[in-house]
Amino acid sequence: MSAITTIFKRELSSYFATPVAYVFIVIFLLLAGTFTFYLGNFYERGQADLLPFFSFHPWLYLFLVPAVGMRLWSEERKSGTIELLLTLPVTMWQAVAGKFLAAWAFIGIALVLTFPIWITVNYLGSPDNGVIFASYLGSFLMAGAFLAIGSCVSACTRNQVIAFILTVVVCFLFLLAGFPLVLNFFGAWAPQGLVDAISGLSFLTHFTSISKGVIDLRDLIYFLLTIAFWLYASAVVIDLKKAD
Amino acid sequence: MIETRQLTKRYGELTAVDGISFKLEPGRVLGFLGPNGAGKSTTMKMIAGFLAPTSGSATVCGHDVVDDALAAKRVVGYLPEGAPSYGEMTTRGFLDFVAEVRGLKGAHRTQRIDDVIERLHLNGVLEQPIETLSKGFKRRVGLAQAIVHDPAVLILDEPTDGLDPNQKHEVRALINAMAKDKTIVVSTHILEEVHAVCSRAIIIAQGKILADATPAELEARSRYHQAVSLTTANAAAAKEVLSRVADVAAIEIDPQDRRITAFPKPGKQIFGAISDLLKTQGIQVSELQLESGRMDEVFRTITQGEAKQVQA
Repeated sequence: MSAITTIFKRELSSYFATPVAYVFIVIFLLLAGTFTFYLGNFYERGQADLLPFFSFHPWLYLFLVPAVGMRLWSEERKSGTIELLLTLPVTMWQAVAGKFLAAWAFIGIALVLTFPIWITVNYLGSPDNGVIFASYLGSFLMAGAFLAIGSCVSACTRNQVIAFILTVVVCFLFLLAGFPLVLNFFGAWAPQGLVDAISGLSFLTHFTSISKGVIDLRDLIYFLLTIAFWLYASAVVIDLKKAD
Repeated sequence: MIETRQLTKRYGELTAVDGISFKLEPGRVLGFLGPNGAGKSTTMKMIAGFLAPTSGSATVCGHDVVDDALAAKRVVGYLPEGAPSYGEMTTRGFLDFVAEVRGLKGAHRTQRIDDVIERLHLNGVLEQPIETLSKGFKRRVGLAQAIVHDPAVLILDEPTDGLDPNQKHEVRALINAMAKDKTIVVSTHILEEVHAVCSRAIIIAQGKILADATPAELEARSRYHQAVSLTTANAAAAKEVLSRVADVAAIEIDPQDRRITAFPKPGKQIFGAISDLLKTQGIQVSELQLESGRMDEVFRTITQGEAKQVQA
C-alpha cells in the first residue's frame, strides 16, 4: 500500500511541477463555465439546479480526460523511466494504481474547483444539494472510467498523440453505447441480448441516472468495475509491451 | 551474489540472449563486453527484473527474479541504459522518491541520501530540475538512485557513457570503492574500462558468451601479448638486429609512426634478449616497451571470428 502512496504523491506533484496542471484546470473551468451559462442557459431557465452544468461534463471529459490519460504510460515508455519504475520494489498493480489514482485525484481537484457555481446556485435559490452531491460523485466516477481507458490506451503506444486520439474514439463509443448511433450498428446483425448488454455499457445512461440524484448501487458498481477492468488491461498491456 | 542458468530471451524469431549462465560472487566486478545489439542490456534487464526471461532463470542473493521478484528487486540497484529519470523532478525530490519507494525511513533515509549526494558530488544541483542538468550530472543522478539503498547487487548499464574523462575516472573510482562487499555487473564498450574496474570480463555477441576470463587472461590471448615495441631513428638497423633474436616470430613496422613491433614465438620471452642485443650493437632507441596485450584486438578477434563462424 505504501508504494502506491509514494507513487501517487510523486505523480500528483509532477502535474504541478509543469504547466500541464494549470493549463488543464484553467481550460476545464473556462469551458465548464461557458457551456453552463451560454449553451445551458443557466440563468434563463430560472431553475435552482446544476443540470446545465453537469449535462456538459461527458462532452468536456471526452476531450480533456484523454489529454491527462495520454501521458500516463506513453511518457514513461518514451523517456525510459518505465524501466526505472518497474525495477523498484513495486508490483505492477501498485504502479498502475498509483499512477491512475494520481491522475484521477488531479481531475478531482479540477472538479472541486468548480465550487463557485455551487455557491452561485445556492445564493440564487435553494437547490437540492443532495442531487448536486450525487451529480458530482457521478461526474467524478465517469471521469475515472474515461481515465482508466486512457491509461490502457496510453500503455499501448509511446506516442502521446496516438494515445490521445485513440482514447477519444474509445471513450466516444462507450459514451454513446446506449444511443442509436452505436446500437443500430450492432442491432442489424447481433442478437438482442448482446445489443442490450452493449446499451447497458453506456457511460451516459449511468451518469444521467446518478445525476438525477438516485445513487443506485448498480451505477456505482458499473463505473468501479469499468475502471478495474481497464486498469487490469493496462497492467496486461504494459507487461506484454515493455520489451519494445 | 548473482547466478544465471541458461538465461534466454526471444522476441519472436530473434534470440536476443541465448543460454547465458554465469555465477558471480560478492567482491567481484564483472564487465559485460560486446558489440551493440549483443544482448548485454537485455541480460541486465532480466537480472534487474524488468524483463521476464523466455526460459532459464536468474537469482540475486538467492531470490529468483521471477518467482520472488520483489525480494530480488529490493537487493538490486540498477542503472538502466541512458540513465532515465523523471525530468521535471529536482535531484533531491527524485532521490527522496526512490529512497521512499525503497522503504528507507527517517534518519536512515536522510543519512543514505546525504551519503550518495556526497559521493556523487550532487550538492550544487539538488534543487534543479533534472531535465536542466548536463549529461554528466544526469548520469550521476542515475547512479545515485541506484546506490541509495546500499544494495548488495549493483547492475550498471554503461555507467560512464557520455561522461568526460574526469567524470569517468570518478565513476570508476566509485565503483572500485564499492566493489569490496558488493556484487557488481557493469556493461561497457570502452575497453580500457575493463582494466580499470573489472576483476572478470564476459564477452558476448549474438546472445552467447564467447569468453569469460580475467582482463589479464583476455589480454594474454592477444597477438601483442609479450611483444616488444620500440621507436628508433635507425629503423633498418633495428629491424636487422631484431630478426637475429632467436625467439622472434615476426616483425612489423607501423606505416604511420614507424614504430617497430617484434612478436615472440608462442610462450617465449624476448624482451631481455632484444634489450641486450640493441645495447651491444649500439642502436639508440627513444622508447622500448613490453606490451601486455591489446584488448581491442582480442575483442575484435573474438566477436568477429564468431560472427564469421555463425554465418558460415
